[in-house]
Amino acid sequence: MAVAETASGTTPAPAGRIPPRYWVTGALLLLMPAIANDFFLYQVFGWAFILGTIALSLQFLAGYGGMVSLLQMSVAALAGYVVAILGTSGTVALSLGWPWWVVIPIALAGACLFATAVGALAVRTEGIYMIMITLAIAAAFFYFTRQNYSIFNGYSGFPGVVPPPVLGLDWRQPVPFYYLTLGVALVCYLVVLYVARAPFGLALQGVRDNPRRMAALGFDVFWHRVLAQGFAAVIAGLGGILLVWQNGQISPGTAGLPAVFDILVVAIVGGLRHPVGPYIGALIYVLLRAFAPDVLQALGLSGERFKMVVGIGFLAVVWWSPDGVLGLWDRWRALRAAGRDPLTGRAGR
Amino acid sequence: MSPAAPEGPRLAAAAGSGNALELRGVTKTFGALAALSDVTLSVRPGERRAVLGSNGAGKTTLFNCITGDFLPSSGTIRLFGEDVTRFPAHERIRRGLRRTYQISLLFGGLSVLDNVYLACRGVGRARFSLVRPRRSDPVMAQAQDLIAAVHLAAVQATAVAALSYGQQRQLEIALALAGAPRLILFDEPAAGLSPAERADLVAILTGLPAHIGFVIIEHDMDVALRVAERVTMMHNGRIFREGAPAEIEDDVEVQALYLGGGHGGGGGHG
Ligand SMILES: Nc1ncnc2c1ncn2[C@@H]1O[C@H](COP(=O)(O)OP(=O)(O)O)[C@@H](O)[C@H]1O
Ligand SMILES: [Mg+2]
Repeated sequence: MAVAETASGTTPAPAGRIPPRYWVTGALLLLMPAIANDFFLYQVFGWAFILGTIALSLQFLAGYGGMVSLLQMSVAALAGYVVAILGTSGTVALSLGWPWWVVIPIALAGACLFATAVGALAVRTEGIYMIMITLAIAAAFFYFTRQNYSIFNGYSGFPGVVPPPVLGLDWRQPVPFYYLTLGVALVCYLVVLYVARAPFGLALQGVRDNPRRMAALGFDVFWHRVLAQGFAAVIAGLGGILLVWQNGQISPGTAGLPAVFDILVVAIVGGLRHPVGPYIGALIYVLLRAFAPDVLQALGLSGERFKMVVGIGFLAVVWWSPDGVLGLWDRWRALRAAGRDPLTGRAGR
Repeated sequence: MSPAAPEGPRLAAAAGSGNALELRGVTKTFGALAALSDVTLSVRPGERRAVLGSNGAGKTTLFNCITGDFLPSSGTIRLFGEDVTRFPAHERIRRGLRRTYQISLLFGGLSVLDNVYLACRGVGRARFSLVRPRRSDPVMAQAQDLIAAVHLAAVQATAVAALSYGQQRQLEIALALAGAPRLILFDEPAAGLSPAERADLVAILTGLPAHIGFVIIEHDMDVALRVAERVTMMHNGRIFREGAPAEIEDDVEVQALYLGGGHGGGGGHG
């Protein structure tokens, strides 16, 4: 009995229980370098995985914690800045040149600390007030990095930040960079899925649904929210480090207000209900960003209008499906199930 | 129902002060309305107390002040000898206080097991654990025992939103029993239950270990008198009478006010 239980508890779920679409997606992602060109690997997928990871940190906070924070891009940028400042960059005078295995943990810890401190202020508010307070802090972060020259090197920031040559590889080459970002995205995705069902994540969902009840069960709602901010910051920080490597530089614009809102748009377009949402949203955003200008120009419009396309797309998604693309997917499946068997109706998930 | 009188002195000594719960001059106002006026009340460790009173008498507000859902406008609240008047709710819960809600406040999207598991976690350690429970997790076993105790084992994997009303009321009770409760506040647990479910409830309440005291708000005199050794009558935010069930039942004023007062003795108040 005990043996059987241990076995079923520790062995992974049988392969047959994983739906085929996971296998197809997984195989496609792994084999992508055989199909896609460098531009797709680096600029489309690489960027989508990075944006998706930063937006995933928002999905965790908003989807499981009910906290819509506009701070995630600033947290990511802070980690990126730490990597540039403590590691190596083109701004030799300011960068300290420490090894990557010292710099990365410090960058993540710094992001976590920053988000925890700001979180302690922000989580006392809810809804629109939390959006406003995190927006104010994100704006303050942007202006601070732009005006501070002694640490953040002001307007110009840090050019020439490259990933360390671990394993003798140049990680900025499209194929290694593709696998690096895919790996980080996959790990973050699985960690969020796992934590959502661990006591911390379960309690966070309880706090989202009914903070008063959670307090009456003995949970410290305030600290739970603050620690969720710290946890999400580590994910955002990983995204931020990849972002600075991809761009090869970091400057105040990395966490400017347009970028801050982009994260919100990406997460909402994808869907906040499940951690896969932000990655779907990010892929849509990156594809639009890459190809909308060409399409617009072909139509005789200025490529600059691309932002308008994103804005209209955002409105359309929020209008048709407040649950983002994930919500559309659910509805499509429900319709299909209804078509097959009118008796079962909405056959849900 | 075993009277807890013999247990009283021993546990009182352990608690350091005479009472499990002690309210002194507690007042709670909402704007111009005094929902509670100068309420002074004490409950011994292990005591089973019923609170009666018509709708709007201030019974739920009394509970909210005791648990810290509301801060009282004035007065002091002591729990097991400690002044908790300004403590946040979770600090009081961790000292052995529990409650149920008149209108079930459960996590509808989570399963029965997850709900009870959370309750056990909330009063235990590792609330912030990032590691999923294993099958052998003692907290999980504890949760399953509680679920069995309230007769919900058959639906433990069901989402709470899909439970019947009666099952949700039972789950409320399971949540209040998590950990090591010393004083439980039940807010109309029998309201809306069928006679069979009521009998179950009475069995669960009378079957609680003697060291667990409770205060129960109950409209149904039958239930209240069967489980309680002392009764407090409230009216308009004040304590109106306190005594043994028989005394209260026979009190002419109480009868005029409560039993004959158009509110009916039967349950079913929402
Ligand atoms: N949160 C609140 N805000 C304003 N008034 C309240 C609130 N809670 C209770 N009251 C008022 O306080 C009085 C007592 O309510 P309550 O304690 O719920 O009564 P009972 O539980 O005895 O039926 C009622 O008049 C009610 O309207
Ligand atoms: Mg009430």
